[in-house]
Amino acid sequence: MKASIGGYAQAETVAHAIALLGEAGGEGRILAGGQSLVAALNLGTSEGDMLIDIAGIAALRGVKLDGDRLVIGALTRHCDLVRDPLVGEHAPLFAKAAPLVAHDAIRNRGTIGGSLAYADPAAEYPACAIALDAAIILEGPDGTREIPARDFFTGLFETARAEGEILTAITVPKAQDGERHVIREGTRRAGDYALAGLAVVMRDGRHRIGAFGLGDRPLLCQGAMAALDQGDVDGAVTALAQDVDPPSDAQASASYRRHLAGVLLRRIAADLGVAP
Amino acid sequence: MTQSFRDRIDLEMTVNGEEVELTVPAGRHLIDVLRLDLGLTGSHVGCEHGVCGACTLIVDGSAVRGCLTLAAQLQGCEVWTIEGLTEGGVIGDLQKAFVERNALQCGYCTPGMLASAKALIEADGVPSRETIREHMSGNYCRCTGYEAIVDAIETVARQRAGETEPQARSGATS
Repeated sequence: MKASIGGYAQAETVAHAIALLGEAGGEGRILAGGQSLVAALNLGTSEGDMLIDIAGIAALRGVKLDGDRLVIGALTRHCDLVRDPLVGEHAPLFAKAAPLVAHDAIRNRGTIGGSLAYADPAAEYPACAIALDAAIILEGPDGTREIPARDFFTGLFETARAEGEILTAITVPKAQDGERHVIREGTRRAGDYALAGLAVVMRDGRHRIGAFGLGDRPLLCQGAMAALDQGDVDGAVTALAQDVDPPSDAQASASYRRHLAGVLLRRIAADLGVAP
Repeated sequence: MTQSFRDRIDLEMTVNGEEVELTVPAGRHLIDVLRLDLGLTGSHVGCEHGVCGACTLIVDGSAVRGCLTLAAQLQGCEVWTIEGLTEGGVIGDLQKAFVERNALQCGYCTPGMLASAKALIEADGVPSRETIREHMSGNYCRCTGYEAIVDAIETVARQRAGETEPQARSGATS
């Protein structure tokens, strides 16, 4: 199918993009790399969208340090995350997650902001964001606000972003000495959406686990986290089964996804050197 | 439609080394501009949601999906299709290896396979077979039989690096 759109405009600045969103009167859709949005449009999930192309807004590009936080601009592409030295040093979870996103040709255009805003529950970055205790930066007609990642993802493809707002950046606490980041997922073939996946941050001996493909949104797995903090891997696997709420579909049953999540958690615990 | 939003876009870009100017519907995909407006039908359309890779092209030196890219976003870009890559001879060795190894069945996915293989070899020197498989998994199609495709890509990667391939070896010692 072909995308059926209502119109297209290129935004020069964030303020311009916000003005265009207002002008579009509820039909506005932000277009960045297009690797999720254009696919969705091709599937005919919506018609008459007014596309606001933000790809040319220089202020949304790049990665920078701001005190004890790393600020990753919304237009930072998957391929940039893989090789950016600041990301590699201060938020290696994203550098490890990026190669798992789709394939080379898609990583060359898709953006972190697009993936976060699209909020596919099987996508890697939303789960990484909650595991990292990151914050999402939104700009709208009433100014800028920051929302913890764990509060940003509110449901299936749904977020706390208001209709007139744009996701401009994600900020991540800089990794501390000795902090460990691990991401693992199960897919039918390299690059597919995960059947189940876990992104784990170990900071000061405490664990934060973000699950993807295991619910209608990325999930912070608090039961498994508490058990893992105690070095109880079996307990963590048991708790994880309660933390997650996976769907059954043509790809995999809920029980298989739950089983897979436990397998991934055991492997991650081994990666992190947590007692078996 | 409000004043700021347009339904047609005046587009200037370079395709296979030639500058083109045309006006296209704002929602037109790159692959459709190439195939329908410019008559460059070498690059194929498969799934139209980025999964099959048949429409993979080179834009500003990187592989992209023609079906997930709106032409409107490519103002001023440099696009290479299988036609241009063939005429320029830059993938002649890959094409020859695909033919010699019979690395295709129906051939529908082959233009995208070649674009992806080009990007891989240029980025990664001599990739392992595992790396080749993982990279080319973005171009899986319907005929299966990827063994020969992996062979062909590996052969060319080694040739370009001056490795192991008998002809390259003899050339290196003379």
